[in-house]
Amino acid sequence: MRAVAVILSAAAFAGIVIAQLLRLSTPVVDLPALVGERIPVSGVAHPVTAVLLNFRGYDTLLEIGVLLLAAVIVLAARGDEPAMNPAALPSAEPPIQMFARATTGPMIVVAVYLLWAGAYQPGGAFQAGAVLAAMAVLLYLAGVTGNWAKPGMALRAGLTGGFLLFLGVAASLLIRGVLLQYPVEHAGQLILLIEAGLTVSLGLILASLFLFLAADPPR
Amino acid sequence: MNSGLVFAMAGTLLFALGTAGVLLVRALFRRILAFNVMGSGAFLVLVGLAQRTGPPDPVTQAMVLTGIVVAVAATALALALVRRLHALTGRLEIQQRNDE
Amino acid sequence: MSELLAWLILLPLAWAAVAFLIGPASGGPIAIVALAVQLGMSIRVGIAVQTSGPQLHAVGGWGAPLGIDLFADGLAVAMILMIQVVALPVAVYARSYFDASAREARYFWPLTGFLVAGLNALVLSTDLFNLYVALELIGLSAVGLVAAGGAAAQVNAALRYLIATLVASGAYLFGVALLYGVYGTVSTATLALLVSKDAPGIAWVAGGLLTVGLMVKTALFPFHFWLPPAHGKAPAPVSALLSALVVKASFYLLLRLWIGPLRGLEPGLALASLPALLGGAAILWGSYQAIRAEGLKRLVAYSTVAQLGYLFLIFPLLGRPGAIQAAVMQAVAHALAKAGMFLAAGVLTKATGQDSVAGLSGAAQRLPVSIFAFGLAGMSLMGLPPSSGFLAKWLLISVSLANGYWIIAAMTLIGGLLAAVYVFRVLRQAFVATTEQVVLHPVSAASEWAALGLAAASVVLGLRGVELMRLLEV
Repeated sequence: MRAVAVILSAAAFAGIVIAQLLRLSTPVVDLPALVGERIPVSGVAHPVTAVLLNFRGYDTLLEIGVLLLAAVIVLAARGDEPAMNPAALPSAEPPIQMFARATTGPMIVVAVYLLWAGAYQPGGAFQAGAVLAAMAVLLYLAGVTGNWAKPGMALRAGLTGGFLLFLGVAASLLIRGVLLQYPVEHAGQLILLIEAGLTVSLGLILASLFLFLAADPPR
Repeated sequence: MNSGLVFAMAGTLLFALGTAGVLLVRALFRRILAFNVMGSGAFLVLVGLAQRTGPPDPVTQAMVLTGIVVAVAATALALALVRRLHALTGRLEIQQRNDE
Repeated sequence: MSELLAWLILLPLAWAAVAFLIGPASGGPIAIVALAVQLGMSIRVGIAVQTSGPQLHAVGGWGAPLGIDLFADGLAVAMILMIQVVALPVAVYARSYFDASAREARYFWPLTGFLVAGLNALVLSTDLFNLYVALELIGLSAVGLVAAGGAAAQVNAALRYLIATLVASGAYLFGVALLYGVYGTVSTATLALLVSKDAPGIAWVAGGLLTVGLMVKTALFPFHFWLPPAHGKAPAPVSALLSALVVKASFYLLLRLWIGPLRGLEPGLALASLPALLGGAAILWGSYQAIRAEGLKRLVAYSTVAQLGYLFLIFPLLGRPGAIQAAVMQAVAHALAKAGMFLAAGVLTKATGQDSVAGLSGAAQRLPVSIFAFGLAGMSLMGLPPSSGFLAKWLLISVSLANGYWIIAAMTLIGGLLAAVYVFRVLRQAFVATTEQVVLHPVSAASEWAALGLAAASVVLGLRGVELMRLLEV
């Protein structure tokens, strides 16, 4: 009974919204034009990166906070995961291990390229960080590295480093006057610096979301 | 009727589908999947509607990037909790009774 | 001076990250010092708003709608003060409440830091999408605090809370997507100028989605189902933060939306009465369950469900003079009282080693400070003068009678009577003298006094309520 009610209301909702969507006129405010006007002073050439790291950089700051928060909660909510023996995984076979090791180098290069290219084309810290995280997971699945049982100081520093760097840059800019207002001549360099720190941290955070949980629960 | 509006309509359908899924399905993994479908629906509407008038809108693309990251964080958290629930109780559904 | 708005967000983010960096269960002293600094900053912002008017900080220097603006008027300042004033004693309490080896304590400090950062960010933001990210920061950290190191019951409660809050955020985000599609901006200031009575139907759908999403997050009846397990099963300092602050944040946002960007829709009496009806139902249902509850923390959690109902009685009155003041007074009074009550309940359950109301016999003799704190908090919840709870209900009654809504006034009085029933249930049990030896676990004095401090603040605020009212006029 409840199922029918929910399905009917969902269908009705979708129908109403779609019907309304077809009758929309053009919006009053033209943000893309505003973005286009300000690109030259934003420090990067690609509009999405400019919005992400400059115009709405504050959103990005909070969002990294959310991601770091997720990593902390994953740690807080799990049991005492024992350290896994990497060789025990079913996928830890020599051909796969060889492949994983061989791709490590190229993956790092791709990540650095994505980070650098973000100023001119789609790319940037998130994409680069995702590639690094994928590399870490691949190495785990191939049995080359183990799971992360207890994060030591070095790992915690890596996880929080990018975020703290971003906060540090934001704070120093705030002391000068306005939060996240980059001086125009240095905007590009500051953005690259922040993104570089974020790449490493994001890679570690995303990898940790998997690797903190990787041990099999006791049967 | 341009591609932007088609994306928006598809997004609306996905959102409705996802919401119905989260509310009706009992199995937790499927509920998490349904939540992701909901999120994708909202993102499609964001990007699609903004594109209906002309060139792609960088603001909505940036918003969706942020939204995807937030959804990943939430999904990871949900999975960690489901895993813990399973390890502690062997169940993969939320206990409905308000136990005292 | 407007930079303080940004510092109020940067600082908690920083100490959250540092608290995680320096290792599990550390970070308490840093958090307490930082919260005290934040409280000082909030007071300075309040003074600035009173003397020179609302403060605006355009992040990045761009200004809305291209950039994101931080904004503080009297309403925002009241919320900011409430957040820091509650968080600081709870932090002091938490430091001594958790055993050194407790699993829940390992990540309490980073999680609390992210929570406070999210709360401050939400109150000060004027950008709908930025508000979404802040809502997620708050929601996820709240879920994390409930689940941290917990047993099956807590993880279960956390999962239920997580699913409810994620569906709510999803609805909110969809509403934001629709609004951006119609108007091309997500800045609340710009939207307030653009949204009018002849908005396309889809703006109404968006408004509805935003409202329902935020109602779920504020645990309005019938969306309250996730609250009693989550607030009842979490450790006491976590319950205090959740009941006092987290649910108030989504209510504040709801209020902001309807006196700001969505005001142009002019919803009319019928639609505005719906939240009031649900609020009335919340008062009745929540009080009934609190009176019936066996567990002490569960009783206090259901009391939250009931008290949140008062906040929604305001909606038909929005726009009349005094309505916002009444809502804010109720929010602040409840935050102080409920935090004090949960902290006191935490001391009682820890000392008696169990969570039931029946097991409190003899507590009055041995834990007088905590029982006194519970009583003072109860006084504010019941609405006895001179507490701030009384002031809040008095404001609500006078605004509703001045506009002819006698039924709202009646509901307020009924709610106060019902609160008296469940508060006296606890107090009466505590004063039952027992002849058997009651074994009490040691509880630190700091915990008891932190609870008393908050409860007393709730009562004392009633005497100084005039200042708060004047602040809200800005």
